[in-house]
Amino acid sequence: MTEMNMVQAINDALRLEMRRDDRVLVLGEDVGKVGGVFRVTQGLYDEFGEDRVIDTPLAEGGIIGAAIGMALYGLRPVPEIQFSDFIFPAFDQIVSEAAKYRYRSGGEYTCPMVIRTPVGGGIRGGHYHSQSPEALFIHTPGLKVVCPSNPYDAKGLLLSAIRDEDPVLFFEPKRVYRAAKGEVPEGDYTVPLSEAKVVREGKHVTVVAWGAMLYEVLASAEEVAASHGIETEVIDLRTLWPIDLDTIVESVKKTGRIVVVHEAPKTCGFGAEILTLIGEKAFLHLEAPPVRVTGWDTPFPYTLETDYLPLQHRITPALIETAKF
Amino acid sequence: MQVDSGGQNNHGGGAHGVPAPRTPEASLAGIARVIRDDGTADPAEDPRLPLALVKSLYVAMVRTRLIDERLVTLQRQGRIGFHIGSLGEEATILASAAAMRPQDWIFPCYREFGALLWRGMPLQAYFDNMFGNANDPAKGRQMPDHYTGKPYHFGSVSSPIGTQMTQAVGFAWAAKLRKDDLVTSAYFGEGATSSSEFHTAMNFAGVFKTPTVMLCRNNGWAISVPSEKQSATRTFAEKGIAYGVPAVRCDGNDVLAVYKTVRAAVEFAAAGGGPTLIELMTYRLSGHSTSDDPRAYRAEGEVEGWRKADPLLRLRKHLETLGALTDAEDAQLRADTDAEIKACVEAAEAAPKPSLESMFEGVYAEKPWHLREQERECIEGPRPKAHH
Repeated sequence: MTEMNMVQAINDALRLEMRRDDRVLVLGEDVGKVGGVFRVTQGLYDEFGEDRVIDTPLAEGGIIGAAIGMALYGLRPVPEIQFSDFIFPAFDQIVSEAAKYRYRSGGEYTCPMVIRTPVGGGIRGGHYHSQSPEALFIHTPGLKVVCPSNPYDAKGLLLSAIRDEDPVLFFEPKRVYRAAKGEVPEGDYTVPLSEAKVVREGKHVTVVAWGAMLYEVLASAEEVAASHGIETEVIDLRTLWPIDLDTIVESVKKTGRIVVVHEAPKTCGFGAEILTLIGEKAFLHLEAPPVRVTGWDTPFPYTLETDYLPLQHRITPALIETAKF
Repeated sequence: MQVDSGGQNNHGGGAHGVPAPRTPEASLAGIARVIRDDGTADPAEDPRLPLALVKSLYVAMVRTRLIDERLVTLQRQGRIGFHIGSLGEEATILASAAAMRPQDWIFPCYREFGALLWRGMPLQAYFDNMFGNANDPAKGRQMPDHYTGKPYHFGSVSSPIGTQMTQAVGFAWAAKLRKDDLVTSAYFGEGATSSSEFHTAMNFAGVFKTPTVMLCRNNGWAISVPSEKQSATRTFAEKGIAYGVPAVRCDGNDVLAVYKTVRAAVEFAAAGGGPTLIELMTYRLSGHSTSDDPRAYRAEGEVEGWRKADPLLRLRKHLETLGALTDAEDAQLRADTDAEIKACVEAAEAAPKPSLESMFEGVYAEKPWHLREQERECIEGPRPKAHH
C-alpha cells in the first residue's frame, strides 16, 4: 500500500496496464513529454516512447476518430480530452460512432476504448473548464460512464474500464485530483464497473453522489448528525452507467428518503433519471419528496462558482428538510 | 506525386473567376487519363493490367449498374425503403477497390456497395441488408445501404458525413505502430471536404504519415449543392498542400486511370511514404438517393453531357478495341446478373424479420439490467398494429 492522490493513482493504473498489455496506448493534447496539463500521464512518455504516448494535433474530433480506428484495428486506446468542456468537437465520433459500432455492425466490430477527461468545477475555471457533461453520454445507448471519487477507486475502475469490451467515458473530478488521498495497493487489482458503494451507513436519508461532490455530502452528513442526529446513508455511485440501481433501492427501502447531488445543471441532469428510477422501483417506500441538489440551470459561472455548486451549504438544509418531512 | 492545380479543369472556378462549364470535357481535360476517346489506351499511361482483371472490372461495373437500377425499381415499388447508389461513378469505386491489396482495408462512405461486393460479400448478404431481414449482417438495425463487411476488410457504414476519414487514419496508424503491412482507404464525396473530419483526417495523416489513401469522389453534387459551392479552391486536390499530403487528380470515369492512380498511392503508402489525397473526377448521374429529385436543382442538359462520358461505355469501347468483348458476351452477363439479382430479391423478401430480442442485443458486450428489463417489457407488451 502506498498513499497516493488521484493523479498518481490514475497514472499508476495507466503505467501498469501499458506494461501488462502492449495494445494499450494513450493519445491526446500535451499527454507526452509534459505529461498532460494535470500531469496525469507524467513519465509515461519516458517509459513507453512516442509511439504509445502520443502528442496529437489540437483536434478532439481527430483524437477520438483516430482512437476509434485504432480500437477497430484491435488496440486499446486511452485517449485524453484535456477538459470535458472540450469534448464536444468529438461528440459526433463518440455518440454516432464509438457508441454504435457494435450494434450497427451486428457485432462484427467493437470499439473498446477509454476516454479519460477531467470533469467538474471548483478550480475557478469558468464556463469552459468546469462543466459536467455526463448526462449527455449516459443518454447515449452503448456508452459506459464512470466517475471515481478517490484514488483507490480511480485505479481499480480505470483498470476495469480499459479491460472492458465497450467504450467507456472516464470522468476524473479535477477538484479533488490532488486533494483526495488514500491508500492504493501496488500492482494489479480492479474495482468492477456498475457497482456502487455505500460509503457511510445511515437510516434516515439516502444521498447519491459521485466525484468531487461526495466530499461535500460527507461533510454535510457529519454536520447533520451532530446538529440534528440525522443519520445519512451516502452512496458513491462510482459507475454512473449502467447504474447499480439495486444498491440505491435497498438503501431507500431502509431510509424512505433520497437526495441526489450533482454539479451538472438540474434540468435533465442525471439526478432526474435516478429519482425517476426510484419512483418506478421504490415509490411506496418513499416517506418524503425526492430531492435534487445540483448546479443551477445556468452556464457555469466564474466569480460566483461557489454559489453555483451544490456544496455543503446547500446539501445540509436539503438533508434536514428531507429527513424531517 | 504532384498536385495538379487544375487550370480550367474544375467543375467551377469558384471565387477565382468565371466558372468553367460543368461538362466532362471541362472537368476531365488535362488530368490523369488512360482510355482515349477512341477507346484505345494511351501507351504512355497504360498500366498494362492483365486483360482478365480489366474484364472482371467490367463485369463488376455492369453488375453494380444493374443492381443499382433494380434497387431503384424496388424502392419505387415500395419493397425497400431506400437506396443510395453509384450510377455513373462505378469506375471510381470498382477500380479503386481493385487497386487495394488483399490485406488492405476500405472505409466506406455509403455509395460503395460495388466495392463491398468486389471484396467478396455475397450478393445475397447485400440484399439481406437492403431488406433489413434477419439474415442481414447488420441484423436489420440500419437503413438500407448501411452495410458492414469486416470479413472483407471493409468498414461499417454510418450516415454522418466524414466520420470514416479519421477512423481510416487511426486504423492505418495503428497498423503502422504495429509494423503491420496494410494500407487503408477512405471514400468520401467532395462535399465531405467541407467537414471538420476531412481537415482533421488529412492533418493527422500528414503529421503521422499514416498509410492512408483518401479517395475524394468529386461527383459534382452534394445532394443539391454543386461542387463550386463547397469550396473556393479551384480543385479539391489542392487542399492536400495545406496538410503536406501529396495529392493528384484523376479521370474518375476511366477505369485504368483510377486503378493506376490508386495503386500508386497504395504502394507509396506501403513503402512508408504516407497518405495521398486523390480527387476522382466523376459525375453523379442519379439523384443523391431515392429520396432525392435532382430535377429541382440541376439542368438535364448537364446530365446528358455526362451520360456520354459514362465509365461503362468507355470501358466497353476499350474492351471492344481489344477484341475482348462481344455483344453476345455482354448480353449474357446482363442476363446472368438479372437472374442472380432476381433470386437474391426473392430470398431476401422471403427471409424472416429480425426478432424482437435482437433489438436489445449488442448494445453492450453484455446486456445490462435496464435492457433486460426493457426487452421483457417490449416482448410482453402490446405490438404496433402496422408492424412491417
